[in-house]
Amino acid sequence: MSTTTLPPTKKDAPVSAPSGKISDRARSERKLGWLLAGPAFLVMLLVTAYPIAQATYESLFDYRLTDPDNRSFTGLTNYWVILTDRLWWEAIGITAFITFITVAVELVLGFALALVMVKALRALRPILRAAILIPYAVITVVSAFAWQFAFDVNSGFVNSWFVWLPGVSADTDWFGDRWTSILVICLAEIWKTTPFISLLLLAGLAQVPEVLQEAAKVDGATRWQRMWRVTIPNMKAAIMVALLFRTLDAFRVFDTIFIMTNGANGTESVSFLAYRQTIARLEIGLGSALSVLLFLCVVLIAFIFIKLFRVDLSQARGE
Amino acid sequence: MHESAGQGRPSPGSTARRTPGRRSRRRGVAGAAAVLVTAGTLAACGGDDGGASTLTWYINPDAGGQAEIAARCSQASGGRYTIETSILPRDASSQREQLIRRLAANDSSIDIMSLDPPFIPEFAEAGFLAPVPEDVGERVTEDVVQSAIDGSTWNDELVAVPFWANTQVLWYRKSVAEAAGLDMTQPVTWEQIVEAAESQGKLVGAQGARAESLTVWFNALIESAGGSIIAENSDDPEQIQLGLDTPEGERAVEIMQLVAESDAAGAAFSTSTEDSSATGLESENGGFNVNYPFVYQRALSAAEAGTLDASVPEDYAAAVYPRVDEDTEAAPPYGGINLGIGAFAESPELAYEAAECIVEDENQAFYFLNDGNPASATSVFDDDEVLEAYPSAPVIRESLELAAPRPQTPYYNEISVGVQRSYHPPASVDPGATGERASDLITAVLAKEDLL
Repeated sequence: MSTTTLPPTKKDAPVSAPSGKISDRARSERKLGWLLAGPAFLVMLLVTAYPIAQATYESLFDYRLTDPDNRSFTGLTNYWVILTDRLWWEAIGITAFITFITVAVELVLGFALALVMVKALRALRPILRAAILIPYAVITVVSAFAWQFAFDVNSGFVNSWFVWLPGVSADTDWFGDRWTSILVICLAEIWKTTPFISLLLLAGLAQVPEVLQEAAKVDGATRWQRMWRVTIPNMKAAIMVALLFRTLDAFRVFDTIFIMTNGANGTESVSFLAYRQTIARLEIGLGSALSVLLFLCVVLIAFIFIKLFRVDLSQARGE
Repeated sequence: MHESAGQGRPSPGSTARRTPGRRSRRRGVAGAAAVLVTAGTLAACGGDDGGASTLTWYINPDAGGQAEIAARCSQASGGRYTIETSILPRDASSQREQLIRRLAANDSSIDIMSLDPPFIPEFAEAGFLAPVPEDVGERVTEDVVQSAIDGSTWNDELVAVPFWANTQVLWYRKSVAEAAGLDMTQPVTWEQIVEAAESQGKLVGAQGARAESLTVWFNALIESAGGSIIAENSDDPEQIQLGLDTPEGERAVEIMQLVAESDAAGAAFSTSTEDSSATGLESENGGFNVNYPFVYQRALSAAEAGTLDASVPEDYAAAVYPRVDEDTEAAPPYGGINLGIGAFAESPELAYEAAECIVEDENQAFYFLNDGNPASATSVFDDDEVLEAYPSAPVIRESLELAAPRPQTPYYNEISVGVQRSYHPPASVDPGATGERASDLITAVLAKEDLL
């Protein structure tokens, strides 16, 4: 059985415009678009482009915050120091691992929650949506503390509740080992941000035309077949946008690690490494170089999603 | 700086009368708000018109003692100044980060700072501390324990005012030591307490978490073994010679390994902090705990609140920090808080006047009694009230005399985080290799050739 999607709608060429030229209406719409988006674009430029440019500039210097007089231009030395350091590559590995695991689990869970929200009884829907959104409304630092206390060997309840699981005992020190620490970090991240993915997927689900579902039903498709052959292919754009946003977010993981392990047991992410060089070590040059590299990683992820997976951001808006 | 908060505040009515139009009214309200904000800001700076100047004291979180001292000194100043307290983050490293970032931006709102001693050289070297006037320096170092004076000194110059001097002692359960046959009237070694705790199925608490407290523990071990983290100090970070890859450094690692790998270490030793190890001592498995004097006050408070059996603090006693080698005296950790005056403060003279009030003997005695933080003034240890409340006060004083500071360098953060990275988790250390690894890492970090 093949997948069923609606044929792409043709964008009607304006009748009045000769081919290859922009019509007056399109031009005035474009102008209006710029006028409406212009101020926001300018603000964005100020609050994002300026710091990025400054960080790029600072990254070329040997500059310690407490010793500004001895600031000196060192070219790409900071980048060389970072890229030849094992710690950087370890942090990249850990960050990629946390990103992959959390986004994969969140996608499955988020999809399930979105289905629950769509299929729930009308009376229950508002309560359900609010309940599902609560973790997303919690500040990350607060949620990290809550999960840390839950898993703490002295004050936590997890050990006593799950003592029946193999490998868990009353004395299990979750934050004393690399992989158990990462497990708890991932759990906290998943709990916190699954609602975000489920919201985006809910919007995607709402766009799947009912007519296709009904046609599939008439053809005798089972629930499972309708899910795989009708629902998911028709919301591909929403899934990819949700994945893109969440991956970009997950790659910058910081708060949860800072609270739970403070980078102990090899749990340092790239953001954490940037924090340590810039804020703790006060090496503004080295820290800026790390931030620039982190930015480039994020750009690369966005590029891969948009170009390789062909995510059309406008499709997610239902255009 | 000549207005108090009440002056120059326009009444809303007068503004409305002058400007009937809607736009004008809005402008008038905005103007009034601006005047209010300006007046408030100016009032915060105090004034020459007889109003009290407001000094801001950035304090580390405590049980309320510093805020009370601030109120007492404000009252005693006879209206010359009012000290307002502003609370810094919980851990010392975050306190440093916040203060340094603000001082790097020439923040003039920082008048007085409660500073952790190892970070004082960094503040002084960066020019973030107002110079201590000679007469003030003489007064605030009179009858003060030497470790607190050393902790306030950088490049042979007093740069901060000694406030309270902390040290770690060996807290133990009398019943456990007695059952194990350990004579606590004599100095004990790490081997002895581990053996005693293991024989009784009890815990030896220390700070194994990857935090500043791990550096404190390691520094005490290497100093007790006769070595030092920094063998040869220098202003040039690349010239600093480390003493980690030495027989003394190796001996410190042996002790760390002995404790961390013993049955007495407990389940969560690699995440154990001052607080969690104090909790361990309060538990039924409590045996020994190297920790600060607050441990006793903490247990008493818990007993008063009914969350801990009253017999537990009664079973507590303190001894001088354990020795690494039987014949060498221990070098317990030195900590505490000294007061730095912000280099960009509006009135450093007034801030020093307030600092002198804060460190007065009676305030230090009050702080000792209220918060459990020992004084830097020697006379406080003879105070009857202190002696009654803290039977361990003589041990604390003795410990302060023996205490060794952590490395004094503007690059302390690099060294401390390097130590934490290399010696954590404590159970994974290797006496033959960890010192060399740590030395290589910290040297490379100081030369800006490695990430931290």
